[in-house]
Amino acid sequence: MSEVSIDRLYSDEPEFSDYFSLLKPRVMSLVVFTAIAGVVAAPGSIHPFVALVSIIFIALGGGASGALNMWYDADIDSIMSRTKSRPIPAGKISASEAKSFGIVLSVISVVMLGLASNWLAAFLLAFTIFFYVIVYTIWLKRMTPQNIVIGGAAGAFPPIIGWAVVTGNVGFESVLMFALIFIWTPPHFWSLALFMKNDYDSAEVPMLTVTNGRRSTRNHIFAYSCLLAVVALAIGFSSLSGPFYLLIAILFNVQLVFSAFKLWSRSEPECIADNSLLERKFFKFSLLYLFVHFAAIMIDSQINMTWLGSLI
Amino acid sequence: MSFGKEHDLHKRRRGRNLGLGLVLIGFVAIMFGLTVVKVTEGQFAEALAGASRNE
Repeated sequence: MSEVSIDRLYSDEPEFSDYFSLLKPRVMSLVVFTAIAGVVAAPGSIHPFVALVSIIFIALGGGASGALNMWYDADIDSIMSRTKSRPIPAGKISASEAKSFGIVLSVISVVMLGLASNWLAAFLLAFTIFFYVIVYTIWLKRMTPQNIVIGGAAGAFPPIIGWAVVTGNVGFESVLMFALIFIWTPPHFWSLALFMKNDYDSAEVPMLTVTNGRRSTRNHIFAYSCLLAVVALAIGFSSLSGPFYLLIAILFNVQLVFSAFKLWSRSEPECIADNSLLERKFFKFSLLYLFVHFAAIMIDSQINMTWLGSLI
Repeated sequence: MSFGKEHDLHKRRRGRNLGLGLVLIGFVAIMFGLTVVKVTEGQFAEALAGASRNE
């Protein structure tokens, strides 16, 4: 066999990094961070090693659902410029292999989380995978422009799972963290859709920009940003946080509403003229927004713990 | 059939095998660590006591 034919035969053989990218590492980093916030903010304590292992398997469960999402969405991923270099459309990994990989990792992550922490946390992880793969990816994503709103719930579960790992139950405070991510998700992705406009059009995914138009998407972003500011500030008055969080929340939510207002009041010619500069900035800011809020929740929970400790 | 010199294919396979090996070592370390933690925290003893009560 000649060198040329060997090259042709094996040029598409996957590397380890291709399997890793099936797990959507960027999404996984958000899952890890918010799950850690759930663990840190929860009352009570667990062994640090159990906490570490739990976070690893929550992340693995999130990654497994990412692989299953890539399996099902392989057809539209090959159309969109943002996703066509993913391992399946790039021809590195077959769709069926990605499906098996996702199913096996889902089972391993759920069982291991149950063994490491408790079965409520494992059930919540299983439900999250089910919600993301079946409810969002298979059912709603191609059916309704509200796909992001409902699908956002899947990404909002990690802090609840982290909380359940420590406490063994679902507390009101963990539901507040869920609400923060749940309401944050739509404006975050809609701002992405505003500057990746051709992608969703050509893939015929019913994004709000495609079905309701760009004006309506800007209205939605502004409305959801106002709602998000209310939820974020409300958390500042709950037992989940303290003065540090409240200060951060005030600063960032004023900026959020101001940025959303600027997006809302903008015309399409202005957007084309600066190549969607404000939309890109809003998208990046929303990432920082979520990171800072959860970091503040963690910091405040440690301050509260120290303060309570000094009283006892 | 044998390859005279190292092909890119070999590098990719080596990388994959090495990655899988590290994952497996990590998994073994996790199982070992969890067992140590559960036993030292007494959960294993509690489980055994519960089982004997149920008999």
